Amino acid sequence: MVSFNILIVVSLSYVAALFWVAFLAERRAAAGKANWLRSPVIYTLSLSIYCTAWTFYGAVGYAERSGLEFVTIYLGPTLVMVGWWWVLRRLVRIGRAQRITSIADLISSRFGKSRRRGVIVTLIAVVAATPYIALQIQSVTLSLAVFAEAEGPPWTDVDFARAAMWFAGGLAVFTILFGTRNLDANERHHGIVMAIAVEAVVKLVALLAVGIFVVWGLGGGPAQMMATIDAADLDLWDQDASRWVGLIFVSAAAFICLPRMFQVMVVENDDEAHLRMASWAFPTYLFAMSLFVVPIAVMGLELMPAGSNPDLFVLTLPLSQGANGLAMLSFLGGFSSATSMVIVATIALATMVSNHIVVPLWLAMQDDRKGAMFGDVRHLTLLARRLSIAGVLALGFVYYRLSGGGTALAAIGLISFAGSVQVLPALIGGIFWRGATRPAAAAGLLIGLVVWLWTMFLPSFGPGAVIPVTVIEAGPFGIGWLRPQALFGISGIDPLVHGILWSMLLNTAAFVGISLVTFPTPLERLQGAQFVNVFDHSTGTRTWSRPVADAEDLLLMLQRIIGVTEAQRIFAREAQRQGTPGQLPKATPDFIARLERELGGSVGAATAHAMIGQLTGGSGVSVEDLIAVADEAAQILEYSNRLEAKSAEQEATARALRDANAKLTALSIQKDAFLSQISHELRTPMTSIRSFSEILRDGDMPAADQNRFAGIILDESIRLSRLLDDLLDLSVLENGQVVLRQQTGQLSTLLDRAVSAAGLHDRNLTILRDRTTEEIEITTDLDRLVQVFINLISNAAKYCDAKKPELTIRVSRANGQHRIDFLDNGIGIAAQNQELIFEKFSRLADESKAGGAGLGLAICREIMLRLQGDIIYLRGTSGTAFRVTLPVTS
Amino acid sequence: MGKRVLLIEDEPNIIEAIGFILSRDGWTIHTHQDGQTAMAKVLALPPDMIILDVMLPGRSGFDILRELRSNDVTKGIPVMMLTARGQEKDRELALRLGATHFMTKPFSNSEVRDYVRVMMGP
Repeated sequence: MVSFNILIVVSLSYVAALFWVAFLAERRAAAGKANWLRSPVIYTLSLSIYCTAWTFYGAVGYAERSGLEFVTIYLGPTLVMVGWWWVLRRLVRIGRAQRITSIADLISSRFGKSRRRGVIVTLIAVVAATPYIALQIQSVTLSLAVFAEAEGPPWTDVDFARAAMWFAGGLAVFTILFGTRNLDANERHHGIVMAIAVEAVVKLVALLAVGIFVVWGLGGGPAQMMATIDAADLDLWDQDASRWVGLIFVSAAAFICLPRMFQVMVVENDDEAHLRMASWAFPTYLFAMSLFVVPIAVMGLELMPAGSNPDLFVLTLPLSQGANGLAMLSFLGGFSSATSMVIVATIALATMVSNHIVVPLWLAMQDDRKGAMFGDVRHLTLLARRLSIAGVLALGFVYYRLSGGGTALAAIGLISFAGSVQVLPALIGGIFWRGATRPAAAAGLLIGLVVWLWTMFLPSFGPGAVIPVTVIEAGPFGIGWLRPQALFGISGIDPLVHGILWSMLLNTAAFVGISLVTFPTPLERLQGAQFVNVFDHSTGTRTWSRPVADAEDLLLMLQRIIGVTEAQRIFAREAQRQGTPGQLPKATPDFIARLERELGGSVGAATAHAMIGQLTGGSGVSVEDLIAVADEAAQILEYSNRLEAKSAEQEATARALRDANAKLTALSIQKDAFLSQISHELRTPMTSIRSFSEILRDGDMPAADQNRFAGIILDESIRLSRLLDDLLDLSVLENGQVVLRQQTGQLSTLLDRAVSAAGLHDRNLTILRDRTTEEIEITTDLDRLVQVFINLISNAAKYCDAKKPELTIRVSRANGQHRIDFLDNGIGIAAQNQELIFEKFSRLADESKAGGAGLGLAICREIMLRLQGDIIYLRGTSGTAFRVTLPVTS
Repeated sequence: MGKRVLLIEDEPNIIEAIGFILSRDGWTIHTHQDGQTAMAKVLALPPDMIILDVMLPGRSGFDILRELRSNDVTKGIPVMMLTARGQEKDRELALRLGATHFMTKPFSNSEVRDYVRVMMGP
């Protein structure tokens, strides 16, 4: 007896452990340490999601009902892995090259990026997979019920529908957490793949453990077991050949076409080389999974009470024998099978639903606001995917509830397989046949879907459930040849084989037939060439059979491409190798192929092939070759575009660095210049002062000289203190420590003060004013404003170089500001210096213009900024022109 | 008639001071204030010695020195440079360009007088 409580605790711990594994793997992957996460072993184990709960539990029941037929389910994938691995390799290569996200994406991309084809495949996948997901939910609830039954009341009263809902909800949470973790929707799911690899081990160990227990614990060893099997009431060998062929075909095809298999095999594949190990390791895994199916079935029949459900022998057999731990392990095995399948299937389906239905629909609705939503798409994709995951699981749950969890569900496995397989013709045709066209793909898919629905899916609900009994027996509207289980009047075939046969036959016929009568569009042709020739770019597989080319022509062409010397060297070496006298070897196929490779290195494989083809004349240049050339050219173009973008980027960076460097250099030069200038400005007056002081000390000179020299010392001392004042003033202003004294005064009065303080008595500067415009009340720090005016006026006096210097002061008002312009009639300031003059010691760089310290305008600007106004150089005037602006105060 | 000293300097007060000091020794002082035309002034009447300021309007003293040293007529004339910038690299530059002496403002009068005496000889 296993306590139901313990079972729940163990299950929840197991789930927690899976979360932990997935989380750890994601973290390692994010840290870039994902290499061991992506080994061929993990890849092989991830393929084991092929073995669902249906295989884990159901195979025993299958064996009990139909003998060895259950083996077909394992034989199909084994055949693909062993014999058709090259198809898988091609799929994986295409998946990588085209950045394929799902099987719907592959079909859509191959047929000219057709949205409609993607939608059809998505619909098929969802319809086919939903019952299958329901089946997994059912298997988990059934196995729970087994334990509850064994425990007795009150557990038998547990509402298992609610348990199923919790299970589905939990799966949705896990899948959303780890399946849509990355913002980049193309990312692979390291966490999930790791978790399903762990589950793969658990289910294999569980099934093997139960098998070993049955054979050695209950059956008395292999020899006795064989005898028991022989004696059992089981028709192991009574098999229907048509069913075997049909089932092997369906399971092989489903192995490739099931969305979840495509997900782990192609989308999650990290390295083509992993297929090599999987090609033997996965069949081995399947073999191990199937090894003990028959013994468990036989011992179950022998030991379990009559009427026991053989589908649950894996669980009930150990339980009935008191092997509680083993039963628990077995439960976890079944649980693992169910969860891993549901998680991956949900991710695969959600990817398809969101990429091919939800996002395009949303974008179509938002079409008129294309620009606005552009940055949003990734978030939208993620949201769509999360909603799709929830939707897919909800669909599975609803299906489980509606179908009532009865035996109808158990039969759905193979029917579901047959539905998924409808993609096969378009898939195989798409990757091997350039002539396949999009109308053909759509027609094949739709016809396959309809026939499958009519002959297999709808009847699976039981006679009369969806299709009325009369229709099954007499056909719709009495049309006999449309009877769902006897299409075209051919009856007597096993219904399963019948459905597979007709759906595949009509699907393939439509696909091939329509492909032959329609023509691919240019885009399809391009995509077709890329899919079919996916291996051609890496290795030269085409050879030239006929030596029809003229060696001289070949040499000429080669010279044009790779240069004269190199070309002649190659030809001479070949001639020597062939033993031909002279420089020209014979154009053997072998040599031509080598030349093609040589050329390919310079101009690309397809172009090289086309060029050689032109010369050899034999094959000419086909449309395909031209497409391949175009493709190659496009790749080269893209590559060069990328290079260009990169070099532009680098150039921009270099430019930014250069600019920054120039700025730094300029700053450093400015600092040096500043110090130099201060030194110069201080030392110059000091030189005069010191020199004349020495002269005066020496004495012995006329009194007039003495007086004059003393005057010079006085003047220079004043100059020196003014400079120090300016420096201090500027420093105070720049550091914002200045205290403003707000006063109100007339502008005319202020200008009068400035003119008289500017010291114009020994200069012949005429000042032109219009006093009527100056009758303005101004409230600000008037002393500071006058300081600015004085500076501007004395600058004009000092620097205006006109014969008759004039300074016009013009007052106006605009935009809520007083404007006081100072315009002289001199030569003006060169455009490149008009900004510079407001810098400290700006004139320093221009040593040609001596004069004041060059601090005046810097101080003016600082003052005006403190007064909420500004001072600018006025462009577009002939002389020097400054504009002082002040806000109008109310 | 004493030997000629050409003083190329733009500050009037400094011109007056140096002029006063040197004239008491009996030298003839010519002055020039503009850098641009200084070279022409030198060539018009080559002096026995030049006192050259670095920061001149129109043309830097260093520039003038460079041309003085590359002209056959002027390359032998002793040149004493004056500068108020007082940076070591200015001294190095001056000496590298061929200045005979380098003096920082403010200077002591005796220093100027003594050096001119040395350069002009007895």
